[in-house]
Amino acid sequence: MAGNGSNDDDEKTRRFRDAALPHLDDVYTLARYLLRNTADAEDAVQECYLRALRHFNAFRGPEIKPWLFAILRNVCRGECTRRSRSPLANNVAAEENEDAVPLWQESTVSPELEILRQRDGNTIRRLVEELPEPFREAIVLREINELSYREIADVVGAPIGTVMSRLARARSMLREAWIAEEQEESLLT
Amino acid sequence: MTCAEAKILLHALLDGELDADHAYEVEAHVGNCPHCAADSHGYREMQLALSAAQLRFTAPIGLRRRIERALPSSPPRISSRRSILKGFAMGTALSAAMAASLVIGVIRTDQDHRLVADVVSAHVRSLQVEHLTDVQTSDQHTVKPWFNGKLAVAPPVVDLTAQGFTLIGGRLDYIDGKAVASIVYRRRSHVINLFVAQGSGSADHDAKLETMQGFNIQRWSAHGLEFFAVSDVNADELREFVDKFEAALQRSTELTERINGSLVSSPDRK
Repeated sequence: MAGNGSNDDDEKTRRFRDAALPHLDDVYTLARYLLRNTADAEDAVQECYLRALRHFNAFRGPEIKPWLFAILRNVCRGECTRRSRSPLANNVAAEENEDAVPLWQESTVSPELEILRQRDGNTIRRLVEELPEPFREAIVLREINELSYREIADVVGAPIGTVMSRLARARSMLREAWIAEEQEESLLT
Repeated sequence: MTCAEAKILLHALLDGELDADHAYEVEAHVGNCPHCAADSHGYREMQLALSAAQLRFTAPIGLRRRIERALPSSPPRISSRRSILKGFAMGTALSAAMAASLVIGVIRTDQDHRLVADVVSAHVRSLQVEHLTDVQTSDQHTVKPWFNGKLAVAPPVVDLTAQGFTLIGGRLDYIDGKAVASIVYRRRSHVINLFVAQGSGSADHDAKLETMQGFNIQRWSAHGLEFFAVSDVNADELREFVDKFEAALQRSTELTERINGSLVSSPDRK
């Protein structure tokens, strides 16, 4: 029989595997939206799982998904800084310090959105991907990964109030882009 | 409440994150302010469109393999079973009959466990390989005949769109080495695979919940069929799915006959 230490390790690995692997698609989805690149997303997710396993002893539940997201986010940040493309770091300050000037004009009851509901996933995906950080991150965590405000706040390390205002901005930007897209398309036809 | 406040809180309302007092205040404001009402409507629409669109990505199979390789799984079940058997070998006071029944107990659990594991991996596979459906349609009258001739049973297909579970198609799958039907539903962005296999002949039993690898599984048997509903939706919603499925099934009374009819459809050519 092997020593106790390696049994504990096996047990830990098995618990980690059972808890973390089911969220692989979620983690990969977030990585895709944060890095907007397949190869980088794959690398980041792999690194995220390795780090998560290493620090699994420090994990204090209950939900493992937000914890994995927080690790992934750190990995992505490191990656962005290293490549000094830095879409995560650069846009943040500028965008958030702006006054909360409404980004949309007088809105009417919007029949256009009724049409937009038929939009295919690819277009919506692109519109989400084109949002600047940290608004893209906020909307992906909320709408696609279905985290609560509390969980989002924990993942991004910001107060709930900040999460709330980021989401509001993110949605108004997305809605504007969405409507613009539709108008552009109707001009072409 | 001012429009500026409402503009932020509106989103928390849409996300179900406001307490009752604040929710009431925001709703009152929206009720009196056409501008905010229009926003509220627009965002609601957008939220629905986002949840209906397929915005999630599936991790490439290569990535999954790489990560799995980095996490070698230990086989704890075998060792626990071995230790039970070792107990017998060491001459415990248990009678042979008792020992035998214990062993059967262990083995049966293992078999059940393997079956559930099989169901879960079929579910995961269906999400991974972009092979969720063989026949893709929300029309139950298209899905049902599609299985004809492919299986020994005619799986019941009911449309639960009105109840919040959208039928998206059907697929042939293999569980425990046998071909089974999978009827695929969607709840928001979550997929529910409902596996239907020929019953083992034992009595009907009510749905019971199991969990494995973070997935919820509801397993029940009825109408001579064995059902497994698997998904990552939470346990309550999966229970709701089972209840609504069974209720819808009850309504179509002629169904049992049809199943029986197809079971005895031996080739009786004249």
